[in-house]
Amino acid sequence: MNTLIILSLLGVITLFAEIFRFRKGLFPLILIGLAAAFAVTVMDYNNPQVYYGMMNFDNYAVIFSCAILVIAFLWFMMAKNYFLQETSVTDHFALILFSLVGAIVMVSFNNLTMLFLGIEILSVSVYVLAASDKSNVMSNESGFKYFLMGSFATGFLLFGITLIYGVTGSFDLTTIQQHLSTSNETGLALAGVLLLLVGLSFKSSLAPFHFWAPDVYEGAPTTVTTYMATVVKTAAFAAFFRLFSNCFAGIAGHWTGVLWWMVVLTLFVGNISAVRQKSLKRMLAYSSVAHAGYIAIAIVSIGAASASAIFYYTFTYSISSISAFTILFIVSRHKGNKDISAFEGMSKANPLLSFAMTVAMLSLAGIPPTAGFFAKYYVFLTAIHNGNTLLVLIAVIAALIGVYYYFRVIIAMYFKPEQQLVPIKVGAMHRIVLIITTILTIFLGLFPDLLLGWL
Amino acid sequence: MPTITLLILTFATAVIGLFIPIRYGNRFAFISSIAVFLYSLYLFITFPISADYQNVVDYPWIQSLGIHFKVGMDGISILMVMLTTFLTPLIIFSVRKSEPRPRAFYSLLLFMEMALIGVFVSMDGFLFYIFWEIALIPIYFICLLWGGKDRVRITLKFFIYTLTGSLFMLVGLIYLYLHTPGQHSFDIQSLYAAGRSLSAHAQCILFWFFFLAFGIKMPIFPLHTWQPDTYTDAPAQGTMMLSGIMLKMGIYGLIRWMIPMLPLGLAQNSEYVMWLAVAGVIYAGIIAFTQRDMKRLLAYSSISHVGLIAAGIFAFNQQGLQGGIIQMLSHGINVVGLFFVADIIQSRTGTRDLIALGGIRSKAPYLATVFAIIMLGAVALPLTDGFPGEFLLISGVFKYETTAGAVAGLTIIIGAVYMLRMYQRSMLGETSPSTDNFTDLTAAEKAVLIPIVIMVILIGICPNLFLRVSEPAIMKLLSGI
Repeated sequence: MNTLIILSLLGVITLFAEIFRFRKGLFPLILIGLAAAFAVTVMDYNNPQVYYGMMNFDNYAVIFSCAILVIAFLWFMMAKNYFLQETSVTDHFALILFSLVGAIVMVSFNNLTMLFLGIEILSVSVYVLAASDKSNVMSNESGFKYFLMGSFATGFLLFGITLIYGVTGSFDLTTIQQHLSTSNETGLALAGVLLLLVGLSFKSSLAPFHFWAPDVYEGAPTTVTTYMATVVKTAAFAAFFRLFSNCFAGIAGHWTGVLWWMVVLTLFVGNISAVRQKSLKRMLAYSSVAHAGYIAIAIVSIGAASASAIFYYTFTYSISSISAFTILFIVSRHKGNKDISAFEGMSKANPLLSFAMTVAMLSLAGIPPTAGFFAKYYVFLTAIHNGNTLLVLIAVIAALIGVYYYFRVIIAMYFKPEQQLVPIKVGAMHRIVLIITTILTIFLGLFPDLLLGWL
Repeated sequence: MPTITLLILTFATAVIGLFIPIRYGNRFAFISSIAVFLYSLYLFITFPISADYQNVVDYPWIQSLGIHFKVGMDGISILMVMLTTFLTPLIIFSVRKSEPRPRAFYSLLLFMEMALIGVFVSMDGFLFYIFWEIALIPIYFICLLWGGKDRVRITLKFFIYTLTGSLFMLVGLIYLYLHTPGQHSFDIQSLYAAGRSLSAHAQCILFWFFFLAFGIKMPIFPLHTWQPDTYTDAPAQGTMMLSGIMLKMGIYGLIRWMIPMLPLGLAQNSEYVMWLAVAGVIYAGIIAFTQRDMKRLLAYSSISHVGLIAAGIFAFNQQGLQGGIIQMLSHGINVVGLFFVADIIQSRTGTRDLIALGGIRSKAPYLATVFAIIMLGAVALPLTDGFPGEFLLISGVFKYETTAGAVAGLTIIIGAVYMLRMYQRSMLGETSPSTDNFTDLTAAEKAVLIPIVIMVILIGICPNLFLRVSEPAIMKLLSGI
């Protein structure tokens, strides 16, 4: 709860910064605020608190809140210059902070209304941010598309919540769970579950509800895309799993079949579409869809280890994504386009930048010893443990397709002849972000125990 | 502890090598790899002849999943480690001064040595898998950065091909891990126990998962299609690494992991895989006979030789396994020598085409002699290193099944035909325009080739020096403990 208060206050202060003209001190203030929120959250570990049955800050909530705050911290460092120089910084940072509030609500809800509120707080902020590059048509399209599709998904979500309420007479997760496990489930409740599944699949971009993702990701400013691929994705999956493991684990037989096919579809649609992309940003968008498929494997194989599998996967995926998007941001600034060809021959003039990109790509492709490998490994382990061996074999084939397009970037950097030998300048903030993410990617891959024991 | 020292030493030198001033890069890489060799030689000399693992180190690594950093060496491992540490300095020394980005090149070679040693000493399934995959990254970059014309397409094909096998192996390993008794663990003994407790049907399916990984790495017919292209297009040092050491990972995997874990799987499938291996021996041998490109010819000869090793191992008797071990050593040494000779010829004449070569012996008698000795080793002439291995392997296959043995035995004839043809076309006859100004070996080249020649003769004369080391471990393997 304190986390929410701190973040909301921080958002309000940021809004007032415009009036009282202390924009310079704003950025350090936000970082300090995030650090304080992180410290407060950590203190709640092993100290579950329930607020009027609406919010439940159990360990699951604490761990995911911490992950979101860490990712957001890195994101702010990455995005600082873009917002300071090119847009009005205060409203955008305020929006991000409010969306973080939504994200925290999404990982700690104990009531379907709070889930809905969390998703809406998060989404509305991100709709605006996606369209924040006002002069760019693509950005406008992105925001509008995201808004339309998002509202559509919200409709499904609400309808699902209504049906569940109709059957069980409650929004409370525990009550719903008890009701569904004691009574013979009715068709109405199952319809509700399926509608919720559709709504949440929209938010976490699982095929066939992923169509908005590539366009929205490509059109939005790169910094906002990063935010969507990391924080939003983490929150969406945390909420997804929280709802389905708390409420619907007992009737898993009824929805895992549907989700199973959605995962297979997601894996292939995401990976195969990514293969032919020229634009790195669009490729990363499709790869983000594909990764949603891997994460959802852990939901299909719902069990004791699923929560830590999702946590490890979303966190390490976010770290590697921040790395990749930051480099994309730097390079596209320098070369003026976001294509993979912009990376050609980069390794000679920028060996360290190329190294960081290589580590990020290896991690996304799931090659040891990076964290991305262990994430996939752990998801596969969970799935085989639950008897989903066939799904793992399908995922393995999808992962092989993934290697192909991630390696295209590596090949472009190391093999293609250099066009111009001008070293790309990397700002201090970006440098720090890249050092942290690269080290974390390798370090968490070698010592995954650091993240696993908490859930 | 010595096992970890080997790993740390190679890893540290790989990292330091990146930051050494370029002038000293060559010397540093060479001296450090020699140091690693001397250290492993010391371990080899003091190695007790026993069936047990020596120098075992066991640290908990990922405790919540029962994964340990557990390494150790038995008679089979130490021989493989020796092969790696013996060949790496030679490969490093064979790098030409004109290579671009020398420091990165040396570092990648040393890094690869670390991964290879790691594969051979791992006693934990997960650790084994990690090293197995890590070995792929340096060789990928070696081929990508220093390779030939068509390298992008070929190296990516190679990478995805081998990764396919690896991922199936990973699924198999996870499956076995989940069947380990009690607290799940990746320890080699637990995995053995888990595999053996499975039904014959389950073992049979898992067998193919592992076979895919190891068969692609070796490669066994019909999984070999990545190999000739990759060997041809990789830089000479990459090819030496791939053929000399890396393919032994696959064979080692068979001996160490697949067969002890899945004895029933082997029993059910040995007929099929035996014939696949034997078919590869003949098929690749015949193709090698028609090649004009020296490197391509050697690549196919490698498939042929490895097929025979695989056949001996699938026969699963003492002769077959011991022959497999000794042949891994001698094949590694021979093939590195032969690829280096091909590289020397290419660097002098600009071609590897056998038609365009000829008469080199009259210009470079030293090279011709060395080449002849190594070539005879590959042909398995008695008193050279190829002989004890092939003899044991063929007798092992004979013991398993007479027909298979008879067919596999043809390798002696086919191998002699294509090797002698290669020698004759390149060394004998009239000089051609491209070989008119051929100069003999330089001191640096001699320094690489002479140790190889010594080993060719040493293994040929007293194979028991090495066979006795691996014998207890092999006997233990056969008794199924």
